[in-house]
Amino acid sequence: MSEPERSGLWSSSGWATGGPSTRRPIEYAGVGVDDPRVARCIQLMQREAELLDRREYSRWEELFAEDGVYVIPVDRDAEQFEDSLNMVFDDGQMRSQRVRRMTEGYAIAAVDAAVTARVLGRFVAESVVDDGGTTLVAVRAAQILVAFKRQRHELWAGDVDILVRLGDTPEQDRIVRKVVRLVDAGDVVPAAGFLL
Amino acid sequence: MATSGFDASTVHELPARDLVQADRVAGRIYTDPAVFEAEMRHIFERTWVWVAHESELAKAGDFKTASVGRQPVIVTRDRKGNIHTMLNRCRHRGASVCERRQGNANGFTCPYHAWSYGLDGALRGIPYPDGYEGIMSKDGMGLRRLRTESYGGMVFASFREDIEPLEEFLGDVRLWIDRFMAQGGGYPVKVLGTHRFKFRGNWKIQLENTTDGYHFPIVHRSWMASVDAETADMMSFMNDPAAVTHDLGNGHSVMRMVPERSVLEETVGEAIPPKFTEMADDLASAGLDSAQVSRLVHSIHGSGFNLNLFPNVSMSISFLRVLQPISVDETWIEHIALGSDGPPEVVGAVNRERLRAHENFQGPFGFGTPDDAEGWDRVQRGAVGGPDLPIMVNRGLGRETSSSEGWATSHVTDETGMRAAYGAWKRMMSDV
Repeated sequence: MSEPERSGLWSSSGWATGGPSTRRPIEYAGVGVDDPRVARCIQLMQREAELLDRREYSRWEELFAEDGVYVIPVDRDAEQFEDSLNMVFDDGQMRSQRVRRMTEGYAIAAVDAAVTARVLGRFVAESVVDDGGTTLVAVRAAQILVAFKRQRHELWAGDVDILVRLGDTPEQDRIVRKVVRLVDAGDVVPAAGFLL
Repeated sequence: MATSGFDASTVHELPARDLVQADRVAGRIYTDPAVFEAEMRHIFERTWVWVAHESELAKAGDFKTASVGRQPVIVTRDRKGNIHTMLNRCRHRGASVCERRQGNANGFTCPYHAWSYGLDGALRGIPYPDGYEGIMSKDGMGLRRLRTESYGGMVFASFREDIEPLEEFLGDVRLWIDRFMAQGGGYPVKVLGTHRFKFRGNWKIQLENTTDGYHFPIVHRSWMASVDAETADMMSFMNDPAAVTHDLGNGHSVMRMVPERSVLEETVGEAIPPKFTEMADDLASAGLDSAQVSRLVHSIHGSGFNLNLFPNVSMSISFLRVLQPISVDETWIEHIALGSDGPPEVVGAVNRERLRAHENFQGPFGFGTPDDAEGWDRVQRGAVGGPDLPIMVNRGLGRETSSSEGWATSHVTDETGMRAAYGAWKRMMSDV
């Protein structure tokens, strides 16, 4: 049997067929979701999710730290966002402009946006770091969102990775980084008049 | 005033070609599945269809998957540097041989019975070949190949072996491709990333949109409110008489929103916008002379025009917009971000700036795309009503003139580009 035939039969290396399956390595904080610091982070995530479903964008914006970053990458495994294309890559200024766009009434997609309901689950504490009086909590979760518009339901699924800086009280907890990693991030998704 | 040529009693019976008139088209061409099927055969499977940019196939073994109409293809670069387009379909029992969007490989192996094909589509191996002895040879059983040619880095494929050469098909478009590709800023252009999204509407609604200057300040009002004064000023073409659209022939057109930015070289030496001063200083520190710095910085905003190629790609200011018809009322779109293919330490900041500008407008969460998609969705929903009522593409007919190059020309907000595309559509659909 010739070499190409052998490669084709017995080895997939170098002969493209299915999709690659590389994922990021995962880390655990070693504490449970009932850890009070982790619980606060999850509470903030749930509050955020409800505000987005209710399209309370101004109140949603307040949940972010001024230096907070909100990202929906095209590559769901991306760790570095600056040098690659993202669907959303907002610093404070862009987030502010986005909220204005979603609320001022000129954006026809936002004016007639889908009604959404999202569920967060499968919470895992990634890290809890106390650093000089500041506590940073990283949590990973899964999110399923159903968007309904004009007789159609669209499904949006993905992971949500969040980093929260705890304040003196839960009301002062702020999102430092939120990354939504869609299962179909690199594929064809609907154009959205809402936020994930 | 032209008559419609179709009415309530005839619109459902007329052949496709009669649904397109000089100044109007019938809504049926957005909604009739039979028209859609005919378009796949008579347009997408008979003309040149864009499949790749050469930077996506930089090295030997690089490949990407794409579609020509609804048919799945693989585009590859072989060891000799040649680019091939092949049907992504095993010659044995029809399975797709590649389900990766892009990558680098020695060839493609069908997962079903492991028939394996080379980068040029030739059938290399069949497991347990004794069952074919005396009845079939591997010769002639390669992946079906499409004719493939490129111009200015734009790779096109066609199912028709006897089609005119690509350069002939492009004609006067070539000048505009050259101008568009200058935005590498002294380096070649390369693909930086791709947004993909879909809308519930016919593909021609999107085709029209890239040559529709009229919708811009209305649909994109929220984007205009978010950009700096310089960008907003640049896109204020509604009352600029120099902003025009040319019909370039064969269904292609160019919409010049910022005509003074058509030729990058003419902007070299112009003042650097204040927001890019620091970047310009850094580029100079990296050893670039003032013309090189100017070229790179002024290329960030792209070309100043939308070059619309019939039927499936628009070279739109600073990015590529590629349409893929899925069904009569569903279309997928790619928004391909472009940048400069120079040394990363030189062009890194320039490309980051381009990526952020692309994200700002394009893609499923951009400040522009969702509003466009909403508009297209509404056209599809509305056009179901009143099948005898025409879709009007007559704007500017009364002020259309011929340019010195012989191109039918009218204001950038006029529908000259749509009429150009529908002219090609009508010709190609004339034997349906």
